[in-house]
Amino acid sequence: MRNVAIAGFGQSHFVKSRTDVTFPELVREGATLALDDAGITMADVQAVVFSMAPDALIGVGHGERWCVEAVGAQGKPFMRINTGGATGLTAVQAGYMHVASGLFDVVLVAGADRVSEQLSAQSMLNKMWDTGYERLYPLNTITMLALSAQRYNDKYGATEEDMALVTVKNRRHASLNPYAHLRTPVTVDDVMATRMISWPLKLADLCPSSTGAASVVLVSEEYAKKLNTRVAWVRGIGQCAETIWMGDRVGPAALQDHADADSLATAMQRSYDQAGVTNPREQIDVAEIYAPFSSVELHVIEAAQLSPLGESFTRMAAGEFALGSEGTVVNPSGGTLCTNPIAVTGLVRAGEVYLQVTGHAGDRQVQDASVGLASSIGGDHQFYASMVLANHLEEIS
Amino acid sequence: MSSSTSSRIVPAPVNAEPAFFEQTWDLQYRHALGETVGGFMQGLRDGQLLGKSCPSCSRVLFPARSFCDRCHEATTDWVSVDTSGTVEMFTIVYERFPGMLVDAPYVLCYVLLDGADTAVCGYIRGVDLTDAKEATKRIRTGAPVRVVFSDAPQGKVTDFWFELAD
Repeated sequence: MRNVAIAGFGQSHFVKSRTDVTFPELVREGATLALDDAGITMADVQAVVFSMAPDALIGVGHGERWCVEAVGAQGKPFMRINTGGATGLTAVQAGYMHVASGLFDVVLVAGADRVSEQLSAQSMLNKMWDTGYERLYPLNTITMLALSAQRYNDKYGATEEDMALVTVKNRRHASLNPYAHLRTPVTVDDVMATRMISWPLKLADLCPSSTGAASVVLVSEEYAKKLNTRVAWVRGIGQCAETIWMGDRVGPAALQDHADADSLATAMQRSYDQAGVTNPREQIDVAEIYAPFSSVELHVIEAAQLSPLGESFTRMAAGEFALGSEGTVVNPSGGTLCTNPIAVTGLVRAGEVYLQVTGHAGDRQVQDASVGLASSIGGDHQFYASMVLANHLEEIS
Repeated sequence: MSSSTSSRIVPAPVNAEPAFFEQTWDLQYRHALGETVGGFMQGLRDGQLLGKSCPSCSRVLFPARSFCDRCHEATTDWVSVDTSGTVEMFTIVYERFPGMLVDAPYVLCYVLLDGADTAVCGYIRGVDLTDAKEATKRIRTGAPVRVVFSDAPQGKVTDFWFELAD
């Protein structure tokens, strides 16, 4: 396998809705920003990976077809990746494999989403459940993660106030990120005063429905040298799929627990092993982890081994994981909790780590960041992706 | 640009308001559920809760599944599971989600029935949900529940639900 670098990243300013562009035009906006960042043009791109979650989100079937021209893919290899919420990072991983295999030197990974245009999103998301046994129940991304939050809180003694602290931290971070969607800082009292959606989740525990585009450019080591631009090296990738049945993640026979993110921990460990990360807490400077709800960030921090199981919330209450704290800073961008353009949310995680380890993250910069972790989650906590990026190719120590 | 084109250049239109396209997807499907799921549904009509057991790891997969995802073997024996069990996880839903025609509030949960190795999704009924703090003193992980069958089963998974047993 060859060394592969992210040599360009572009993201639009994420907002609730955009009425000035069509979906493909929005995709093009993100692609152009990434190409400009890398200092190349569409003509230099050899293959395109399209990052697109379920079609029904954008309301156009076979929706990648709509966007071939927007990403300059006529006459080039083109594939779509869809792992639900994990899509964005899985797409970057697919782009990585394109280059690592030696088949291509320059690959564009592009996509966008306009989640707020889907006016019955939770009903649409319910359509991913089994037709015989589960579809008749109001399972959706909110209720499935409420089940996980309840089980986590019961297992470890976390409270709604502990969850609120995640929102407080991430909103403060997002206020420093000009691209984030929800940028207004909030207090624990503000969060606790929002309406109950699906106990224990309240409105401020949930991500917004975001609109925007994002892209990355992946290049080979040889090509990176020619570019003479800042790059972040992909040091390790990991993936792991889990049973569709949430009911298999509880009880004595379970191999994974729906309270935790055990299969994500497996995916992360695979990326750590590839990268040579042996002590994440010491070696990972910044983590951009996919956590659409406050409750999710707690067990993802634990899956990443940035905290022992069941201790992330007490550590967060003590100020860990926040910008300016010692140790790994978690979601300095404000994360998925403040910005969720589903199809590219995982891609933004990788892009934000690229900005961090190359020292271009602006007001949200983690000081001296050189090694970072990106992760994403799709399905009903079912598809997991993880990536370790660094600003060097030396041994991670 | 040819001279004929330049002579046709006009001021860009000023949009009075954004333009939209509105649509509803109304697609119809009729999905075959297969012999195993169908057998489970027949069990419900007969007042039985049926799982299937894996000949290799002996797990009772409930509701019945045709293969074991761990051993990658076909399940063999049909197994009747008990109408008593415990709550593994739950949520009390207060929001009405557009397009999902369920009246809030309601309790959605996964219950591990005695004799089964996997938990099943369902509703817990019969608890006052007006105040989440009060309701969650009664509903909790580990709370014992019992199955209640519908008087008029339709061969659907919603033919049964749960009530607190204590």
